[in-house]
Amino acid sequence: MLTKRYVCIICPNSCEIEVEYSEDKINRISGNMCEKGEEYVKKEILCPERGLTTTIKVKNGSLPLVSVKTSKAIPKEMMMKIMDEISNVEVEAPIKIGNVIIKNVLNTEADIIATKNINKKVK
Amino acid sequence: MIQKEIDIVIVGGGPAGLSAAISAKRNGIDNILIIERNENLGGILNQCIHEGFGVEIFKENLTGPEYMQRFIDEVEKLGIPYMLNSMVIDINSDKELTVCCRDDLYKIKAKSIILSMGCRERTRGQICIPGTRPSGIYTAGTAQNLINLRNYMVGKRIVILGSGDVGLIMARRFTLEGAKVLAVVEILPYSSGLPRNMAQCLDDFGIPLFLRHTIVNTHGNRRLEAVTIAEVDENLKPIKGTEKKIECDTLLLSVGLIPENELSKNSGVIIDETTGGAIVDENLETSVRGIFACGNVLHVHDIVDFVTLEAEKAGISASRFVKNKLERYEMIKVNPGVGIRYVLPHFISTKRDVKFFLRVMKPGRNKMILIKDENRIIKRIPKLRVNPAEMIRFELKKNEIKGVKELWIEMENVN
Ligand SMILES: Cc1cc2nc3c(=O)[nH]c(=O)nc-3n(C[C@H](O)[C@H](O)[C@H](O)COP(=O)(O)OP(=O)(O)OC[C@H]3O[C@@H](n4cnc5c(N)ncnc54)[C@H](O)[C@@H]3O)c2cc1C
Repeated sequence: MLTKRYVCIICPNSCEIEVEYSEDKINRISGNMCEKGEEYVKKEILCPERGLTTTIKVKNGSLPLVSVKTSKAIPKEMMMKIMDEISNVEVEAPIKIGNVIIKNVLNTEADIIATKNINKKVK
Repeated sequence: MIQKEIDIVIVGGGPAGLSAAISAKRNGIDNILIIERNENLGGILNQCIHEGFGVEIFKENLTGPEYMQRFIDEVEKLGIPYMLNSMVIDINSDKELTVCCRDDLYKIKAKSIILSMGCRERTRGQICIPGTRPSGIYTAGTAQNLINLRNYMVGKRIVILGSGDVGLIMARRFTLEGAKVLAVVEILPYSSGLPRNMAQCLDDFGIPLFLRHTIVNTHGNRRLEAVTIAEVDENLKPIKGTEKKIECDTLLLSVGLIPENELSKNSGVIIDETTGGAIVDENLETSVRGIFACGNVLHVHDIVDFVTLEAEKAGISASRFVKNKLERYEMIKVNPGVGIRYVLPHFISTKRDVKFFLRVMKPGRNKMILIKDENRIIKRIPKLRVNPAEMIRFELKKNEIKGVKELWIEMENVN
């Protein structure tokens, strides 16, 4: 049996969670203020996931970049690979919050979506 | 010079200013004006592209730009007027504002003013690092602005001084963008950022955190070439013989935020030395009647949702003031005691339920927050863990504080 401490990153409460687990079974868990914490720790043990936020280049926009996020959490080890994939992409303004910029990025089932409105550049 | 008369002027169009305006409008005031010096509304959230906003208010984990857009949309929908590229350069005690907008100068007479100017970053000059003065030294927020809004990568090999949230978020951001973050250096024995940011920004990427360390020298003439770090003793003085040189081209400073209160002082608003923000009562009214404060200009917040809630309150108070409906009760003083860095509001009437914000001096476990008057303990609030990085909120009901003459808030160990 293993005991491990985690800081839950789901929300700014930052619960410090202690778990005892063996193989893939959790025996005891404490410190989490909600069930999301338990879910988070389970995933951390089995397959850690993260949401990714970054920026993508914009053509003819009021700003040179649009901020984006993955539509759902992706396996942690995919973060850098997705960053590489994104670095070659450029999108045309205007862009609206929620627009899908890359669908199913690298087969993670997550889309890359815009998190900011970008207007067309006024000439 | 263009003259105007406005019921409520809101200085700064960040999350605090937007929410204050929306709340004033909903409380029946139409003659409102938001004045923002940048080309966009939204304040610092424009560059905070990471998630972690809105969990309290929307029960959703939003990015900064998504969070701010909801309030900008509401401002547009309600038709609240705003001026962009416009900087308030003076406020006097008669509530007259001088505003500079491109080629024009405005003189605005306000019935009420809401201060929501946010804060600025402490710079290198204020913390006095010895060494050369090469390029490549930025405050973390400036680097965040350049990388997230202007598509300008500031460096490749990076050292960060200070473990505040801005610094931690930037450590992850730079790593994702292909730079190498060599060290985060913190003079205190603990991080000044939120624990979740320590986990997801440093631990995830194996970025080393040097606690009880500081930077004692910078090297390089044109561009930064290296920094020397050293361990510090209990008095935060560098210990001889512990120096270590780290080769890097960029140094980011994440060494604290200062509420932007130069304007407030001109208008006669009295400032609390500890928070750097105005002294306020339960209506968020400052020492100048009709001038209210909210958001980071009042005290530095770690969570924007609480900025929004505080600003709504300021909006309500200002609209009541304009309608001559703000009650004038006698106020009692609220004092921070042992273990407490500050508590807000500074003055309360005891005639209403009040929500308080406080910060503790240092991290700890198994603590009790005590609320006392001169002769008894009014309430005890147990806390499993406390951290200066995390603001603590609590509420007192009017029947709990009835007849009280002065309040003290203290922290005590639980055995
Ligand atoms: C890097 C960073 C990361 C953060 N991460 C999180 C997080 O994950 N979750 C979370 O909930 N919160 C987070 N926060 C905190 C949150 O973003 C802030 O508390 C919030 O933005 C403060 O809002 P504000 O309106 O008081 O100030 P600001 O957003 O700074 O807005 C102030 C506005 O006033 C304007 N202004 C100032 N002076 C004048 C003047 N004289 N005339 C006209 N306009 C003026 C400025 O241009 C600015 O637009 C973070 C903050 C930072 C800096």
